[in-house]
Amino acid sequence: MKLEKGIPLIDQHDENGYWGGKFGGNQIAESLNYPIEELTREFEKLRNDETFIAERDYYFKNFVGAPTPFIKLENLTKHLGGAQIYCKLVSKATGGAHKAYNAVVHSLICKRLGKTYIGGDTGAGYAGKMLSMAAAKFNLKCKIFMGAKDVERQSINVFSMRSYGAEVVPVNSGSQTLVDAVSECMRWWTSENEEAHMCVGSTVGPTIFVKICAWSTAQISREMKKQVMDEFGEVPKDMKLINCVGGGSSAAGFWNEWIDYDNIELIGVEAGGPEGSSKHAAPLTNGSPIGVLHGATQYVIQDDQGEIEETDSISAGLDYPGVSPLHCFLKETGRARYTSASDEEAIEAFQLVSKNEGFVSPSLEPSHAFAEAIKIAPKLSKDTIIVVDSCGDSAKDSKIIAERLGYKI
Amino acid sequence: MTSSTLIKSFERAKENNRAALLTYTVGGDPDKKTSLNIFKSIAESGADIIECGLGHGANIGDGGAIQDSTYRALSGGIKTDDIFEIIEDFKKDYETDVILMTYQNKIMAYGEEDFLEKCVNSKVSGIICVDWPWPLNLDFAKKCKENSIVFIQLLCPTTNEERLKSILNDAHEVVYYISMLSTTGQKLKVSSDEIKKRFNLIKKISPDRKCIIGFGITADTINDFKDTDACVVGSALCREITRSIDDELNPATNVGNMVSDLKQKLSS
Repeated sequence: MKLEKGIPLIDQHDENGYWGGKFGGNQIAESLNYPIEELTREFEKLRNDETFIAERDYYFKNFVGAPTPFIKLENLTKHLGGAQIYCKLVSKATGGAHKAYNAVVHSLICKRLGKTYIGGDTGAGYAGKMLSMAAAKFNLKCKIFMGAKDVERQSINVFSMRSYGAEVVPVNSGSQTLVDAVSECMRWWTSENEEAHMCVGSTVGPTIFVKICAWSTAQISREMKKQVMDEFGEVPKDMKLINCVGGGSSAAGFWNEWIDYDNIELIGVEAGGPEGSSKHAAPLTNGSPIGVLHGATQYVIQDDQGEIEETDSISAGLDYPGVSPLHCFLKETGRARYTSASDEEAIEAFQLVSKNEGFVSPSLEPSHAFAEAIKIAPKLSKDTIIVVDSCGDSAKDSKIIAERLGYKI
Repeated sequence: MTSSTLIKSFERAKENNRAALLTYTVGGDPDKKTSLNIFKSIAESGADIIECGLGHGANIGDGGAIQDSTYRALSGGIKTDDIFEIIEDFKKDYETDVILMTYQNKIMAYGEEDFLEKCVNSKVSGIICVDWPWPLNLDFAKKCKENSIVFIQLLCPTTNEERLKSILNDAHEVVYYISMLSTTGQKLKVSSDEIKKRFNLIKKISPDRKCIIGFGITADTINDFKDTDACVVGSALCREITRSIDDELNPATNVGNMVSDLKQKLSS
């Protein structure tokens, strides 16, 4: 399995949609074959259409707020000693996370397809919130599928979605989390695909959804590349890019422009779950078997019967048993390194970063990435640059974190 | 061996001037013993072919009624081997053909070769895999054929004519036409005539292949499909199992009664 240089990562799949000949694909019911072919044709056309690109950039800039800041975390760097720590503050994007990019692109595609109805899945609620926000802007009827457990623990985002006029459907099957929300959303689209468009909230699902999402989040690294050049005058010789990985959409976007730079280390941090528990959401780190989930082949947490096992993470956005085929491919080719952080490490990282930096208050998802940065920074020299993608804001997690730390709010 | 008996089941129904009646229930729902009794009752009530679901929790094609059945079976601890045992026990006493309907991850987790060996040993006649579309399924379909098991390709209303021809060209003796764009068990949203129009197109392209029609067929509409090859009723039966359990009645008896009624409606 080999990574090609000079070809976008999203295009390095074979004719059947498999990266490295085995990850991804379209393992779908026949009823979804036509809409997926239609979407694939439309996307390939649009990504080469200058008017569409201009439209995308206009909304990214004026509505999502691109570029998001690229800042040095001076206090944290000083506190830890060692490597210099920077942060791509994607949480400053409208809505508080990177999910807005994918939501805007899917809404624009939906309109180009002549459809007026869009549906999507959500875990932490960010994907659903941004999709309902974009749907309201673009006058699309919107339906969001969300695990009943997530509806409960991410009530702030649920309130937002409903305010934007979206119908939020709590999914009561299985573990009542993201995995079930995605299954239910795909079932809905199977019935409604003639009139409705589906947005998959991460770089998972059939190949075309992986591609559209990573193409959208690539905005993060596109703007960051310029910011890095402005800051350092060149690409630093020793740079490490750390990102949390659940489905893998923000990491795919954060790394996209840097994949061909061999001197830049890419580190993905999965959710290790509670300390001492065997449950986790880290299929790459823990060597889960290969399986088929939501239409694509990937590493997936499952039992010997092929049943998807329940994951456990304090972070709803990382609580997914599978992982993007792109990350399976990056792992297998050795281009990226994957590790995990526990719930406890993430909480500690949240505290340390918030206390030291004030303006940066990561949600529980990027707190996993910060945990890894905190772990490795003291051992590295000051010539090493660590950049963490702070891809979500902690506001939505206030209740969970406060409870964990013994506060009542 | 097994594939020829499957074809005979279709032919027997045709001799009686009707379509073959297929039933779908989830194997192991609500438990191993009751599930076996349900299969026996279905066979005795006149179903021509039994479709047995090897359920998957993270499925992307099942409607609510079948999801409930799957959940009951899986949470009761039913494993893939249990399903094979149910089928093997059933086939000891009954000639009725059994088709296994499942999802790709169940086969992958078991191992393709081992899965097929078990199918042969338990006398499974055919396999339907919902999320393994043509042409990705061709290697596995070939292995099925080598084991005299019919791999049943799926077709649907939005399968265009070119794709239809290609799939039919590679298909084994039996194909399955998904009558409408939906998960299982939703209300029929297209007319019976429209479904038959597509069925006739499939038969025109490939007169020799038997075509099963499924999704949305109930006691109210089944007679419309009398002159086709075969039709499936699934969600209504799964719902009947749920109702019987809730009312503390015998699901095997009630499902059997429902099958007799369907058979009568298909024959009248």
